[in-house]
Amino acid sequence: MSSEKKLPGWRSIPSAGMVLKPGNFAERPTGDWRIFKPIINQDKCLRCLICWAICPEPAINIVDKPYRTATGKEWKFTLEVNYNYCKGCGLCVEECPVKAINFVEEVK
Amino acid sequence: MSAPTLYKTLFELPKEEYFAPGHGLCAGCLAGTIARMLVKVAGLNTIVVTPTGCLEVSTASFPYTAWRVPWIHVAFENAAAVASGIEAAIKSLQRKGVIDPNKRINVVAIGGDGGTVDIGFQALSGMLERGHKVMYVLYDNEAYMNTGIQRSGATPFKAWTTTTPIGKMLKGKVQPKKPIGEIVAAHKVPYVATANPAYIIDMVNKFRKGLAVDGPAFIHVVQPCTTGWRFDPRYGIKIAKLATETAMWVNWELEDNEVFRITVPVPKRKHVKHYIRAQGRFNHLTDDDIAEIQKFVDKEVERLNKIVGREVIGPVVE
Amino acid sequence: MSSLWLRIPLTSNYAAAYAAKDVDIDVVAAYPITPQTPVVEKIAEFVANGELNAEMIHVESEHSALSACIGASATGARVFTATSAQGLELMHEMLYIASGMRLPIVMAIAARALSAPLSIWCDYSDLLATRDTSWITVVASTAQEVYDSVIQMYRVAEDPNVLLPAMVAYDGFIMSHTYEPVYVAKDRTAILEYAPKNYNRYRLNPDNPITMGAIADPNWYYEFKYQQMLAMRNAYEVLKKADEEFGKMFGRQYGFIETYKLEDADTALLTYGGLYGTVQDAVDLLRGKGIKVGAVKLRLFRPFPQSELLEAVKNLKHLIVLDRAISFGAPLEGPVAMEIITALKLKSIDLNLLNYIVGIGQRTVTEYDIVGIFEHASKLIEKGARLTESFYWGVRE
Repeated sequence: MSSEKKLPGWRSIPSAGMVLKPGNFAERPTGDWRIFKPIINQDKCLRCLICWAICPEPAINIVDKPYRTATGKEWKFTLEVNYNYCKGCGLCVEECPVKAINFVEEVK
Repeated sequence: MSAPTLYKTLFELPKEEYFAPGHGLCAGCLAGTIARMLVKVAGLNTIVVTPTGCLEVSTASFPYTAWRVPWIHVAFENAAAVASGIEAAIKSLQRKGVIDPNKRINVVAIGGDGGTVDIGFQALSGMLERGHKVMYVLYDNEAYMNTGIQRSGATPFKAWTTTTPIGKMLKGKVQPKKPIGEIVAAHKVPYVATANPAYIIDMVNKFRKGLAVDGPAFIHVVQPCTTGWRFDPRYGIKIAKLATETAMWVNWELEDNEVFRITVPVPKRKHVKHYIRAQGRFNHLTDDDIAEIQKFVDKEVERLNKIVGREVIGPVVE
Repeated sequence: MSSLWLRIPLTSNYAAAYAAKDVDIDVVAAYPITPQTPVVEKIAEFVANGELNAEMIHVESEHSALSACIGASATGARVFTATSAQGLELMHEMLYIASGMRLPIVMAIAARALSAPLSIWCDYSDLLATRDTSWITVVASTAQEVYDSVIQMYRVAEDPNVLLPAMVAYDGFIMSHTYEPVYVAKDRTAILEYAPKNYNRYRLNPDNPITMGAIADPNWYYEFKYQQMLAMRNAYEVLKKADEEFGKMFGRQYGFIETYKLEDADTALLTYGGLYGTVQDAVDLLRGKGIKVGAVKLRLFRPFPQSELLEAVKNLKHLIVLDRAISFGAPLEGPVAMEIITALKLKSIDLNLLNYIVGIGQRTVTEYDIVGIFEHASKLIEKGARLTESFYWGVRE
């Protein structure tokens, strides 16, 4: 308890329960909710965007990273899980049409 | 109203996220998916109203917010009334030049079945009758989930909830699901549709259509709830898909109270047992119960096919 | 100065509607209820013939009326609504939300008795049930005061150090439906100079996306309420200045307390709303008999004007408070008497206070009733009796 930072008082917060910084939940990671961790196999991934579309957080980002698969296929971008936020729900694992996402138990 | 740009593939969806991660929704909560997609396709010039419920408490908890668009929560039963006020204010202030009159600002309400079908029903009906240019999205998890899974008017027939428990005398909800889509359609508003997060393109296109009409729009989205329906979160989309594949959830749209379409045809239907047996809230259902529900669905499918004029939803093959 | 005003006969209801028009409200959302209905009707007329450029939302209930006002005010619009009794109760939940969200909504109340039993007639039970809702509350005694107070309240509510909603109440039927001569503005330029619109406050605006109405857990809720409490305290000075400025610009000033023939009085009769006029008549009758009595009018109810009140009554020996509502089960059943006795006790002032309940459900109160009350009180005072409970004047045994 004593190591907790003292919260701001009435003088330094906005009134009426307003939050003035849009989307600042992003400052509060939820990655520690996970038990299982999705790992995208970039060689199998078709970049169909289904996992990106259904993620509720969203914790899957489309990144400008070109990728060359083991079989020589060139992709201009990559799907990456943001492990700061991924809650390990498994929707992406279940819905990937080519089962390119492995669901691995995270050992802490 | 000019026809909105409709999407054909996921690649065409805007990449900007107006819904931030880090919020407190359950792992695998499809309300997150629905809300995220909604603001993605509505864009920054959107004011969102949310009544009290899962989405509201999880996405706006002082000092944090998940929203990157202007957002307001007022109370449980008045999202539609608050949205009416916002829409009127924008109209008035644009007329007076306080807000740029050429700026198109969407007003969207997104609420759960509690705040829409039950306690919020009056405000919704009033808003629809007055014809405000507001799109109301109902994320339907079929119970008062935020307060711990109590039954709502949208809870389906025979479902377990904490207020419709399984006992010796009564087993689950006694009444059928309130047909809120039809009730809204009876208000004769320009656009009413049902949608499903398992069919993302269909869902976001309906959001786009709803935002484009010159009057109220209502999009009723099924939202399987891992916590309340009792299934492993990874199966959320699978169960949503089964809802449509069994025709327990039909994706339709009604434009200008005239043109009715079933936008996700199901030529080969699945037996309802696939949908029902996948959810813990239906564990107590006997084979007879399931047969009863199947009969009910068959009748509904027949009725809808008749309205459309052809067999859009086919027979049970599996 | 006179070139600013048009003198026309208006009911208090119409006076409220004219004030809303003259401050150029942007949105009005109201639901009709007796005896407030003519307010809504008059505003609808103004909108229909273009005299008022506002969006009028014909909401389907009072709960939605205040909800829509909250939405509109949160978007930055200047809003107005009005209601009475059951309507005020139906929106009760929203009263706390409007003030908790710090929105400068102004509402007119045609005070009416609360059901059950059902009554459409005047008393202040509806207004006094909103004591804790953190709305600035003014009770008017004339139609002119209604018009002027509604205008003042926009300036006060929108003040950046206040940002609290405000109500202006007046007697249902007795004032809401009776005509009095009222000075209304010929055009609204001067009014808007007095009460300019504050679009600078936080609002729903895509150019600056904020979240309004977040949930506040036990770590935070208290601080928000504390801010709100301070805003209500700030309102006191802002109200004072607003009233003084109104007096300077327009020649009419009201204060928080009004006194009548109090200078050499030992005893005074205190009340609020339209009954004050009747009390003044009673004072004249008693003065005619050589009795040194005066009258006190309470205009501001929230924030409660302790110092003005105590200053006004400082030379009195006895104060007879006429309440127009019942606070069932309270130590003193007259709500205003209970507030006054607390104010006196806080300053250790030993003024003898007597409390009479009158006019419940618009039971007729004439100046002769007030004289009767005074005489009844005087007998008690002679006997040296001190206040032990409220007296219910005129109830049939």
